[in-house]
Amino acid sequence: MRVVDFARGLALILWAAAAPAQEFEIEDQRSYPGAGNAMLRVISTADLHVFEPFLLRFQAANPEIGIDYITASSAELNRAIRTGAVFDLALSSAMDLQFTLANDGYAQSYASAVTASLPDWARWRDQLFAFTAEPAVIVVNEARFAGLPLPRTRAELVTLLRDNPERFSGALGTYDLHVSGLGYLFATQEARSSDAFWRLTEVMGRLDARLYCCSSQMIDDVASGELALAYNVLGSYAEARLGHEDGLAILPLEDFANVMLRTALIPATAAEVEAAGAMLDALLAEGMGAGSAPVLPPLQSRDAGSDAPFAPIRLGPALMVYLDRLNRESFLAAWDAALLQQ
Amino acid sequence: MSVQPSWPIARKLTLFLAAMVALLALVSWAMVTSFAREAAGRTQDNILAASATSIAETLRSEAGQIRLELPYSAFSMLGAISEDRVFYRVSAGSDLLTGYADLEGPDVATGDVAFDTMPFRGTTVRAVSVRRTVLSDGRVVPITVTLAQTRSGVQGIAAGLSRQAALLSGVVFLLAVGIAAYAVRASLKPLNTMAQHVATRGPSDLRPLRRQGPPELMPLVRALNRLMERLGGSLRRSEDFIAEAAHRVRTPLAVVRTQAEIALHSVEEEGQKQTLRRVIRAVDESSRSASQLLDHAMVSLRADDLARDRVDLPALAGNVADALRPTAEMKDIDIAVDAMPAAALGDAILIQNALRNVLDNAIKYSPAETVVRLSVQNGGGEARIEVRDQGPGFGDESAAHLTERFRRGEQVEGIVGSGLGLTIADEALAAHGGRLELNDNTGRPGACVSLILPAA
Repeated sequence: MRVVDFARGLALILWAAAAPAQEFEIEDQRSYPGAGNAMLRVISTADLHVFEPFLLRFQAANPEIGIDYITASSAELNRAIRTGAVFDLALSSAMDLQFTLANDGYAQSYASAVTASLPDWARWRDQLFAFTAEPAVIVVNEARFAGLPLPRTRAELVTLLRDNPERFSGALGTYDLHVSGLGYLFATQEARSSDAFWRLTEVMGRLDARLYCCSSQMIDDVASGELALAYNVLGSYAEARLGHEDGLAILPLEDFANVMLRTALIPATAAEVEAAGAMLDALLAEGMGAGSAPVLPPLQSRDAGSDAPFAPIRLGPALMVYLDRLNRESFLAAWDAALLQQ
Repeated sequence: MSVQPSWPIARKLTLFLAAMVALLALVSWAMVTSFAREAAGRTQDNILAASATSIAETLRSEAGQIRLELPYSAFSMLGAISEDRVFYRVSAGSDLLTGYADLEGPDVATGDVAFDTMPFRGTTVRAVSVRRTVLSDGRVVPITVTLAQTRSGVQGIAAGLSRQAALLSGVVFLLAVGIAAYAVRASLKPLNTMAQHVATRGPSDLRPLRRQGPPELMPLVRALNRLMERLGGSLRRSEDFIAEAAHRVRTPLAVVRTQAEIALHSVEEEGQKQTLRRVIRAVDESSRSASQLLDHAMVSLRADDLARDRVDLPALAGNVADALRPTAEMKDIDIAVDAMPAAALGDAILIQNALRNVLDNAIKYSPAETVVRLSVQNGGGEARIEVRDQGPGFGDESAAHLTERFRRGEQVEGIVGSGLGLTIADEALAAHGGRLELNDNTGRPGACVSLILPAA
């Protein structure tokens, strides 16, 4: 499974409405014609092969609705909606970008019995709805940790890395925050929660950490033994790989874990609002654990919204803070300084 | 005469009180609503101002560049109270530093905070602007931080409070109207009681009201008592006057009759005799009328303070028949009495008076050589004295009319009468709780007058 988190042109994000309409890049597209005339246009950051089982289930229940499923990076999705492309449903892992879309008036309200049953932390204004909860985790190669105690907190991890530079030098991986929107979201939230983030970044910088665009590549390298540890990998991806690869383990940290919410909104430009509502309801029902074999980790696994160590990142205006141009510049400058310290 | 009722006092008072309570409830609801709006608005203003100020506090100049960091807490604070949309803009002079380029906040002086409610992107936002200066490269640069938030949270809170206030006002209104209605009814109860008390009095009961009542009613009670007193006095005076007048007329009439009879015996010429007989008849009628006036006055007088003696009706009927038999015989009329034992409680003189007037009427309206039947019956809790004659009957006229004073029937042409006889009988019987029934005989000519009394 691969979800795209590419660089986001921040200037474009907030002021795209003023910019001339632009083409956006799509990555994949497939149509599922329905029995009726309705064609539901869905733009999503989730790969087709991951999402197809859900789409087929939905179409089996609603045979009259045709589906046009388009995947794009979260930045492109954001740009598409802001430039007025007509979509009926936008599903994205970038909860901050999704939030600014709703905040800036690009979403329309939708209410149903299903949305009403969502926990408060999983929706905003009847416009933005979370349908998965996916934690950031640390993935380790068990072989490369042989003989070492597995750390249980970030502080222990910092100490472990510091004490074993020869073992971990060049064997650490994490997101390149300049490139990955999701990595940036996880990093900013973590920096806000804990001082350990900056210490860890410094240690990783000293150990020549390698920077990645995407979770899947990091997991690939941990699996192959090229990396001993990948930091802030999307937990849903890691769990999917655990069964297939030996030697992979998720390091359960006890201090806290950031939980990203994958969110859906019905764009203001939507033409098939009714069909979009039906799919949103189905998606949320699955997200709340109603269906069997959900395609993505359901909300329910994190239902304890108050469970502090696994609190989901809150949907609210605070998400706008790190998207701000000046904030981003200064955060990335601080990160660069900590990581690339020579 | 009928009294046209205006609006009932109770309804008027209740409506007035209800209107007043409604007005108060409305005013208090409006006030609470406006307070709630004000308070919720002020809360939002305070949070906006705190957020904007905390943003402005991060302003600094680094290497000739103006820098700032949006504090996470400034925005999470805005998200904590409501799910309102947030917009911001930071500008140095007229240059945009960051945020929404199209957000124009209120004008603000340096070091000051200004608020405004304004339209933005199709919705209404509450905006705050904070201005401070930053020293950059030796230049003083004015920086304006504008922060805006939509108002659905504030409106939601205000609307919720307003709904609660409306509910409360409604409950208070209903309670107050209920209490008002009860209070009005309770206050007016003495008036109703008094009215009932007066209404259930006998027709000639002019005693003063003695009931205790609220002081507001005392003037009415006193006025009513004075009226009744005056009425009683004037009634008594007129009855006295009539009795006195009748009495005074009767004595000289008796003298005139005696003289006329003497003259009748002494004159020979038939024309003169005829004249004198007419004089005697006229004098008789006048004397009868005077007696009836006296009777009537007496009935009025005695009914006021009615005696409750046991009266033997057959004996009384016999006496009356005997007394009137000479008059009847003058027209060759026979009075047949058929009495069964019966008794009533009351004033024998009044009952006698009533019967005499009825019997007298019967004799007067009967043709010569007929029979007037007098019967006394007893049954069904009533004693009944019936007088049947063979005269013209009453025709179609109603009994109520005939018992009015000085009212005479339709079939009386050529017969002298005052119209008082039936009135006297009716009043005497009514004073005893009885009544007078006037019917025509069924199947044969003549009238049937029944005097009905409660049996003893």
